[in-house]
Amino acid sequence: MNAPMMLSPDALAKIDKAVAKYPPTEKQSAVMAALTIAQDEKGWLSTETMDFVAQYLGMAPVAVYEVATFYTMYDLKPVGKYKLTICTNLPCALQGATAAAEHLKKALGIGFNETTADGRFTLKEGECMGACGDAPVMLQNNKRMLCAMSPDRIDQLLKDLE
Amino acid sequence: MGLPIPPFAVDLFGPDAVIMKGVNGLNWRLQDYVARGGYAGLKKILAEKIPPEQIVNELKKSALRGRGGAGFPTGLKWSFMPKQYSGQKYLVCNSDEGEPGTFKDRDILRYNPHSLIEGMIIGGYAMGITVGYNYIHGEVWDVYERFEEALEEARAAGYLGANILGTDFSFQLHAHHGWGAYICGEETALLESLEGKKGQPRFKPPFPASYGLYGKPTTINNTETFAAVPWIVVNGGDAFLNLGRPNNGGTKIFSMSGDVARPGNFEVKLGTPFAKLLEMAGGMRDGRKLKAVIPGGSSMPVVPADVMMATDMDYDSIAKAGSMLGSGAVIVMDETRCMVKSLLRLSYFYYEESCGQCTPCREGTGWLYRMVDRIEHGRGRAEDLELLNNVADNIQGRTICALGDAAAMPVRAFIKHFRDEFQYHIDHKKCLVAPYI
Amino acid sequence: MLEIELDGKLMQVAEGSTIMDAASQAGTFVPHFCYHRKLSIAANCRMCLVQVEKAPKPLPACATPVTNGMKVWTHSDAAVNAQKGVMEFLLINHPLDCPICDQGGECQLQDLAVGYGASESRYQEDKRVVANKNLGPLISTDMTRCIHCTRCVRFGQEIAGIMELGMIGRGEHSEIITFVGKTVDSELSGNVIDLCPVGALTSKPFRYSARTWELTRRSAVSPHCGLGSNLTVQVKQNRVMRALPRENEAVNECWISDKDRFSYEALNSEKRLARPMLKRDGNWQEVEWPVALEFVAKELQRIKGTHGAAAIGALATPHQTLEEMHLLQKLLRGLGSGNVDFRLRQADFSMDGKRAGVPWLGMSIADINTLDRVLVIGSTLRKDHPLIAQRLRQAAKKGTEINLLHAVDDDLLMRIANRAIVAPALLPQTLAQVVKAAAEMRSVAVPEAVRAVVVGVAVADAAKRMATSLTSGQRAGVFLGNFAEQHPAAGELHALVQALGEILGCAYGFLGAAANSVGGYVAGCVPGGRVPGKNARQMIEAPLKAYLLLGVEPELDMHNPRQATAAMRQAELVIALSPFQHRATEYAHVLLPIAPFTETAGTYVSTEGRVQTFAGVVKPLGETRPAWKILRVLGNLLGIPGFEHDSAEDAQREALHGKSEIFNKNNKLSNTLGVPPAAGGGLLRIAEVPIYAADALARRAPSLQQTRDAQPPVATLNRALAEQLGLQPGDLVRVVQDGGEAVVPFAIDDRLPADCVRLATGQPETAGLGAAAAPLTVERVAQTQKVAV
Ligand SMILES: Cc1cc2nc3c(=O)[nH]c(=O)nc-3n(C[C@H](O)[C@H](O)[C@H](O)COP(=O)(O)O)c2cc1C
Ligand code: SF4
Ligand code: FES
Repeated sequence: MNAPMMLSPDALAKIDKAVAKYPPTEKQSAVMAALTIAQDEKGWLSTETMDFVAQYLGMAPVAVYEVATFYTMYDLKPVGKYKLTICTNLPCALQGATAAAEHLKKALGIGFNETTADGRFTLKEGECMGACGDAPVMLQNNKRMLCAMSPDRIDQLLKDLE
Repeated sequence: MGLPIPPFAVDLFGPDAVIMKGVNGLNWRLQDYVARGGYAGLKKILAEKIPPEQIVNELKKSALRGRGGAGFPTGLKWSFMPKQYSGQKYLVCNSDEGEPGTFKDRDILRYNPHSLIEGMIIGGYAMGITVGYNYIHGEVWDVYERFEEALEEARAAGYLGANILGTDFSFQLHAHHGWGAYICGEETALLESLEGKKGQPRFKPPFPASYGLYGKPTTINNTETFAAVPWIVVNGGDAFLNLGRPNNGGTKIFSMSGDVARPGNFEVKLGTPFAKLLEMAGGMRDGRKLKAVIPGGSSMPVVPADVMMATDMDYDSIAKAGSMLGSGAVIVMDETRCMVKSLLRLSYFYYEESCGQCTPCREGTGWLYRMVDRIEHGRGRAEDLELLNNVADNIQGRTICALGDAAAMPVRAFIKHFRDEFQYHIDHKKCLVAPYI
Repeated sequence: MLEIELDGKLMQVAEGSTIMDAASQAGTFVPHFCYHRKLSIAANCRMCLVQVEKAPKPLPACATPVTNGMKVWTHSDAAVNAQKGVMEFLLINHPLDCPICDQGGECQLQDLAVGYGASESRYQEDKRVVANKNLGPLISTDMTRCIHCTRCVRFGQEIAGIMELGMIGRGEHSEIITFVGKTVDSELSGNVIDLCPVGALTSKPFRYSARTWELTRRSAVSPHCGLGSNLTVQVKQNRVMRALPRENEAVNECWISDKDRFSYEALNSEKRLARPMLKRDGNWQEVEWPVALEFVAKELQRIKGTHGAAAIGALATPHQTLEEMHLLQKLLRGLGSGNVDFRLRQADFSMDGKRAGVPWLGMSIADINTLDRVLVIGSTLRKDHPLIAQRLRQAAKKGTEINLLHAVDDDLLMRIANRAIVAPALLPQTLAQVVKAAAEMRSVAVPEAVRAVVVGVAVADAAKRMATSLTSGQRAGVFLGNFAEQHPAAGELHALVQALGEILGCAYGFLGAAANSVGGYVAGCVPGGRVPGKNARQMIEAPLKAYLLLGVEPELDMHNPRQATAAMRQAELVIALSPFQHRATEYAHVLLPIAPFTETAGTYVSTEGRVQTFAGVVKPLGETRPAWKILRVLGNLLGIPGFEHDSAEDAQREALHGKSEIFNKNNKLSNTLGVPPAAGGGLLRIAEVPIYAADALARRAPSLQQTRDAQPPVATLNRALAEQLGLQPGDLVRVVQDGGEAVVPFAIDDRLPADCVRLATGQPETAGLGAAAAPLTVERVAQTQKVAV
C-alpha cells in the first residue's frame, strides 16, 4: 500500500520540479533537492521522511540514508528553531572566526552540536563555505548566509532572532 | 544582513579585470550583462555558424587552463569529447567551491552569472552537447537561487533552451545544489552526487570524457573557466594569451584571505607579482609582517614569506616556488601565527571531509589530525615529525582521488618550512609564537 | 591480445583485462580485499597497489587496465612498500581480537597481516569502536572489525538485486548499516558472510560453535531447488556445523541461497526421528528395525492379498535421491502395483504417455547467461530459483529482455521488459496469444498441435509486446516455472510452449522445482510401463488401502492437502519413511527413520540434467538408515528379485543403466492434447509454496523460520475485492475451499488480478484447504475486540 503523503502538496510540487531537471530514468538525481525540501518543511529528516523520499523517487531506503548521512547539512535529529553554523576553517580563523565562535558559545551558553534548553538555537561548526573574504561567515538554517560576523554583529543577530 | 552590501567601486576586481570588468555588485541581470557586451560571443558563433573545432582551437591558443585547481588546458580537454558519439553527452560546471580560501566562483555566480551561462552554452555548441548542469556549493544558497533566476532570464530571452536565438542549436542548463561535502568539488565525486548518490570519487580511468554523468561522455570545468570563454570567443585566443604569459594565458581571479587588510577577489593578469596582489588587498593587516602564504587553496604547500615575495602569480612561477596555483586562493599568514595550530585546523578539515571509501585517506587523515592535535596540545613525541612525514607519504599518491594528496601535502610543507616551530612544541609543550585568536 | 611483462615474465592477456586479471592468469597472488571477480570494481581498499613502469605512483591492480607493452611488478620493493603502508592503515583501527573472533582462521586480513603487517603498531591513538547492527536471524555483526571494502553493499546492489546494506556517514565515521530498523531479507543474503573478508559479518546460527580448524570439509549437493548447488559441508564430531558454497561456475558459481546455507540446522534438530516406531493398540512404540520391517512386509502382503496389489501406492518427494526413487518404484512394481509418483504438487497429468523423454530445463544452466530474450511463465523466480533468478538478473543488466507471464507481480529485482499478470485460469489463453502473435511476426503457421486453442484468441497488447521482444532477438529461451508446472492446465501450457519454441527456433523447458525433479523421471518413479498405475493425484482422489510415503508429508507436500490427509486417514496401512517426526503420527502405522542427504550416499539429477553424486558426510543419527538400504531389505523380505544392491552406487548404476549421464532429456510432447477442463467461475486461489516451506529440511531450520519469508500465510487480494468484502484494517478473513477452511490475516496488493485470492500452500495454517488452484470463498471475520490492558 502507498505510504501516507508525508509532505505538503507544495513541497511535492517543488520536488517534482527538481525531478524534471534530470532525464526521466534518473529520478534519483533529485534526492538531494528532495531531502532539502523535506528538511525545510519538517525541520529535520526522520526515518519516516527519508522512507517517503525513497519511495517517492523509487530508491532503496538505505540509499537515501547514505545520502542523508554523507552531506553535513542534513539534520537527522531535531535541531533548534535556529541552527547557526559558523565556519572555523583556517582563512576564517585568521579573520576572527575563532573569536566569533567563542562569543557565540558564550552568548548562547552551549557548545558545538548542542541546542539551547529553550530549543531555540543549535550551534554547529562548519567547514569552508566558499565565502572566506567575508569572514567570519555563518549560516542560519542552512540557507541564509551571514557575513562579517564580528561579536557585536552576532549580538545584533541574536537580538533580531529573539 | 543577507547578501553583504557590495562595494560599488567599478574596478572592484582590479583594473585588469576582463571577466569581471564593469561588475559592481548590483549589475548582475541579463540586461546589464548584455549592456557590457554579454552574449555577443554566442550571437557571433550562431550568426557566423563558426565551426565547433574553431572554438576549441581558439581555446587552445588562449592557453586557458582550468581554474578549478588542476590547471589542465581547457582547449585540450574540450577536444577529448568524442565528436561522433550518438548518445547523450553532458556538460557540467563545477561551482562546488569548497577549497578553504577560495570564494571567487561565488562572486561570478552572484555578480556575473550570465558570463558562466554564456560560457556553458558556447561549450555545448563547441562539443555538440545539449544538456548541462551547474553544481553549486550547498552553503551559498542565495547564490543558487540567484543563478536559477539568471537561468530563467536567459531562457526567456531565447539564449538558453530549444532553438537558441532561432537556430537549430539547443542547450538545456539546470542548477543542482550540494549540501555540505567538500569532496563533491572533485569532479567524479561531483558526478556521483549529481546522480543522487554519496559524493564518493570514482577511480579513473575511465575518465569523464568517456564515462561521466550517467555513464555518458561528460566535460567538467570550473565556473571561472567557463566564465572566461565568452571573452576569448569575442576577442580571440591570442588576445587572451597575451593578457598573461606563455602557457599561462589570461587573467585569473585570486581570492585573498587571511591577514590582509582588504580580503576579497582580484582579477589580475597571470604573471602579476605576488607583492602587487598583496598591495591590492591593502597589504598586511595592522602592518604586521608576512610569515607565510598558501598560494593556491588550503591543499597546496605553504610557502615562506621571502620566497613568496619574490614569486609571480602564474602556474609555472608558483610551481617553481614549490607550491601550486591551484584554485587561486591566497591565504596570507602574518608573524603572529602559529604554524602548528594552522596545520591542525587544516588537518582537521581533511579528516572531516574524507569521503571514507579508500583506506589510506579514511584511516590516514584521522591519524595525521590526531598527531598534529597532540603536538599542538603539548603531547607530542620525539618521533612524531618523522611519523607524520611517513604517514603523509603513505597517503600521498595511493588514494582514489587527490583529497589524499591534499591532506598530505600541507603536512609535509608545514613541517619542511617550519620544522623548528613543530620541534619547539614537542620539546617545550608550548607555542613558539604568541597565541592568536 | 596484449603483451605485457609481469614480474619480469612476458605474457599475453586479453584486451580489456586489468592487472589483477593478468596476475590471476599468471597464477600470481596480489593481495586484495575489496576486489571480487563477481562484483564491480571499487578499488577502495588499495591493498593491491603494484608498481607500473613509468607510473609516478603505485596503481591498484584490480582497477588498472593493462596496456600493450606495460611492465608491472607486483612484489617489487615499491609495490610491497605501498601494500605494507595500506596494511598498516587497515590495522590501526581494527581490533586485535583474533583469538575471540569467529572469523579467526579464515580471515583474509589475518592471513595478509602475517605477510604485510608490522610486528608493532606505530598508531598510539584510541581505536575506533562501531556499534553492531541487527541484520536479522541469519547474519551476525561485529562492525568494529569492518574494513569498509563495501563487498557486502555491492553484493546487494549487483547480485541480489536489492540494496539492503549501505555505507552511511563519511570518512572515518563511515559504517555499514541497513536502513533504520530494517533487517536483511534477501534470499541470497548469506553470501555476504563469505564475502566479508574479516569477521564483521558472520553466520548467526554458526556463531561461536566451532573454529575452522576443528572442522572437516566434505562435498555435498544441495537437496533443495532444481539447480543442484554444490556445497561444502563442514563437520565436527559427526555433526554438520555449516554449509558453504563449493564453487562451480557452471552451476551455482560461487554463491548459494540462504536455503542451501542454513537449512542444515534441521539436521541437528530435536524433531529428528531417531528410531523406528510402530503403532500398537493406538500407541506409538519404539521398536527394533527387524520388527518394524517385518511388520511392513507382512502388512503389505496382507493388503495385496485382500485388496490386490493395485490398492497399494507409493509417493516420494522430489527431494529423494535417484537411488531411493529407483528402488521405490522397483519395489512397487515388484509387488505388482504401478502406483508410484513423485510429482506431488502436480495437478494435470495429461502429458503422461505423450512425453518423448525426460522433461528438463531444455539447455544448460550456464547457457541462460547467453540468452538475449527470455519468457518466464508462472514463476516467482527469486523465491523458487534464487540463483537462476540471479543469472537472469545479470543477463537483464546486460540487455537481455525478460518477459514475464504470471499470476502475481512480485518484485523480481530485475528489469522485466514486458509483463502480463493474469488470473491463473487465463495463463494458457494469454500464452496462446503470444504464440499467435509470434507466428504472425515470423510468418509461420501455428503448429498443428495447438492450432485449435490458438486460432480463436484475440491478441492483446501485452502479448504482442512479448512476441515482438521474443522474435526480435538472436537467442531466446522459454521457461515454465513451478506455478506453471503445478497449474491445472499444465499440459496445455507445455504444448503451447513447445509450439512457441518451434516458432522461435529456441530452447524451452522447466525450471525444475526440486533437487530431483528430473531424477524422478529418470528413476521411473512415475506411473507407466508394463504395470499400469495411478499418478499422485489419482492415488489421492480415489483413495487406496495402503500408502508408502518416502519423505512425504501429505498435508504440506501435496497438491490437495485436504484430500491427501483424508486419503491417509482412511487407509488401512500408512508407512511413513522420514528423517523427521511429523503429522503422520496421526494416521500412519509405522514410522521409519531415513537418512537426510548428509547421512547417505546418493544422486540428484539437476534441472539441466547434470548427474551429481554425493557421499554421506556424517554417520546416520541414532537408528536412522539410508532409505535405499531400507527399500532393499524390504525387497528382500517381500521376496522380490533384483534387490541385491551392496551400495548406493549399485542402485545408481541400475537406475542409469550403467551410464553416468542422462541421454533421454527431451521436452517434446508427441500428441495433440485434449482440451483442458474449463475453469470454474468465482474466486480463484493463487497458491504458491513459500521458499522456506518447500521441503522438510527448510521447514525445520529455526533460523530460516524466523525470516520474513517464513511468516505465516496471509490472504492477499486486490483493493476492489477487499472493498467488496468490506474488509477493514485488522480484520481476518475466512477462506473456505472444499469444505475446509483457514482463518488468516489479509493484505492488499493491487497488482493481483481481479477475483483472485493469493494464499500460500505448504504451510500448516492452510493444510485444511483443498487444491492449490481450486475455487474458494472468502468472508470477513471482523476485528476481534481488543481489550485494553
Ligand atoms: C578534493 C578536491 C576538491 C576539489 N574541489 C574543486 C572545487 O571546489 N571546484 C573546482 O572547480 N574544482 C575542484 N577540484 C578539481 C576538479 O576535480 C576538477 O579538476 C575541475 O573541476 C576541472 O575544471 P577545470 O579544468 O576547469 O579546472 C577539486 C579536486 C579535488 C581533488
Ligand atoms: S582519497 Fe579520500 S576523499 Fe578521495 S576517494 Fe579516497 S577516501 Fe575518498
Ligand atoms: S574558510 Fe571560512 S568560508 Fe572559507
